[in-house]
Amino acid sequence: MSAPLVEIRHLAKSYVRGGQIVPVLADITLDINAGDFTALMGPSGSGKTTLLNLIAGIDKPDSGVLRVGGVDIAALGEAELADWRAANVGFVFQFYNLMPVLTAYENVELPLMLTGLSRTERRQRVELVLAAVGLADRMDHYPNELSGGQQQRVAIARAVVADPRIIVADEPTGDLDRHAAAEVLGMLRRLNEDLGKTIIMVTHDANAARAAKAMVHLEKGELLPA
Amino acid sequence: MFLLKLVYKNAFRHRLRTLLTLAGLAIAVLAFGLLRTVVDAWYAGAAAASGTRLITRNAISLATFLPLHYESRIRGVEGVTRVVRSNWFGGIYQEPKNFFPQFAVSDNYFELYPEFILPAAELSAWVRDRKGCIVGRGLAEQYGFKVGDVLPIRGTIYPGTWEFVVRGIFDGADSTKITRQMVFHWDYLNETLRKTAPRRADAVGLFIVGIDNIDNAAAVATGIDALFTNSLAETLTETEQAFQLGFVAMSDQIVAAIRIVSYVVILIILAVMANTMAMSARERTSEYATLKALGYGPLFLAVLIVGESLLICALGGAIGIAATVPTALAFKKMVNIFPVFMVSAQTLWAQAACAATVALAAAVVPATRAARVRIVEGLRAIG
Repeated sequence: MSAPLVEIRHLAKSYVRGGQIVPVLADITLDINAGDFTALMGPSGSGKTTLLNLIAGIDKPDSGVLRVGGVDIAALGEAELADWRAANVGFVFQFYNLMPVLTAYENVELPLMLTGLSRTERRQRVELVLAAVGLADRMDHYPNELSGGQQQRVAIARAVVADPRIIVADEPTGDLDRHAAAEVLGMLRRLNEDLGKTIIMVTHDANAARAAKAMVHLEKGELLPA
Repeated sequence: MFLLKLVYKNAFRHRLRTLLTLAGLAIAVLAFGLLRTVVDAWYAGAAAASGTRLITRNAISLATFLPLHYESRIRGVEGVTRVVRSNWFGGIYQEPKNFFPQFAVSDNYFELYPEFILPAAELSAWVRDRKGCIVGRGLAEQYGFKVGDVLPIRGTIYPGTWEFVVRGIFDGADSTKITRQMVFHWDYLNETLRKTAPRRADAVGLFIVGIDNIDNAAAVATGIDALFTNSLAETLTETEQAFQLGFVAMSDQIVAAIRIVSYVVILIILAVMANTMAMSARERTSEYATLKALGYGPLFLAVLIVGESLLICALGGAIGIAATVPTALAFKKMVNIFPVFMVSAQTLWAQAACAATVALAAAVVPATRAARVRIVEGLRAIG
């Protein structure tokens, strides 16, 4: 049996708030295999977003082991971690986090600017993914000219355009109406089923979690038994 | 290319804010340039002075004259090539507001001032005419004087109305030379005084002394003053530049105040620009965090902010610099109090340096903050 894509052992994380140490995650042990679509669920303050941030390499654990694709990302320096993220992680945020001064095309192109791809290659890729999310005719539109659902589709296109190993999505439907949320979840599911992308999604919405193949529940910083 | 595009788009994201900042910068750079030009104008006389000319005057004060016979003794000092008599006339042309300097000088005046260019025919016409005068180009243009015009000047130091005939118009060798003045024959003044006020005749305001070598200035000055030590009219000899700076020193507090104001203007716009950049960077914290999450490094973010600051300051500075020369010309026409009011190349460079300094100083803090922003905290920030 092959090693899991994400390997977490006894992971702990705490923050300092108002001079006090507040534990957020304690003794988390978890494996996520390549090709999984995992929903991290739990009430507010349960530590699910913190766990997602640690897996995505935008935060560092206090202790424990965190290996992604065999790389101990907790041991990487800032610059190495930035390179690692650029190559391995696609991000989908609750509020899309698109650059308002860039068009849909330019937003999707952002991750590719860090690669050695030529302009033509970048164009081909961007057009392909924008067509895949149904926005081929909106590539010259700015974010404020798009609906929330369309903006999130642009964000999904940006997340997949560099072909990362993992897509992390933090409440991707949290700011959308039911119809747009269903569209986005369907799109994430297709990415997982058709392209084999590993997706880790944080949500507190049980309906959204049903789109995932597996669910992991957290409460007060600890994993609940399956 | 991508970075430049992002810099440009960010700079003009809030058009009104950017345009107001640009306008403020342009005005500040323009004001700085004009104030520096005012200071330069103050020193124009000293700047135009020659190192091979000395001024010998009465040691007591400028208002106390020297005997005419000093001339021949000064001429005898080793290193002296020429001696020119000069008296401040201080007359009024038509009405007091039409002030311009008039000097009674000896006929060899233009030999000592090669930077004043006068056609030979006009010079000889002046020498031949006892009542003749020569006016500078700046003065002629200001009042429309032409060769042959008769100028009635009402004396203040020397009473009566004096009539002079314009026999020539001199030009400056370059635009820094002061041509808003008039000279006429010292002999005409002296002969008139012999008839009307004999006790005031044969008195010279100051001697302009030409020397053979700039390195001999100190020795010649000491030699001249030594001639008249313990006499009734002791002399004070100094370089023409030191003499001119003595006038500037009388108003050095004003000059210092103007200098301070010019730097305060830049400090104010620095505060405005720093505030603009800080506001912009704070509003975009989540965007910087997103870029970092995507793999962009701290240096990219720092360059993004510094680039935006540089772009705004370059545009504002360029507008301010471009407006300086025409504004200075308009100012000169409107307020004609400086004989030379010219924007120097150094002033233009100083303006550019100020704009660049403002750009960099205003960007330091927001660029550092953006580079250090923690992704997790930045993503939580509300823009």
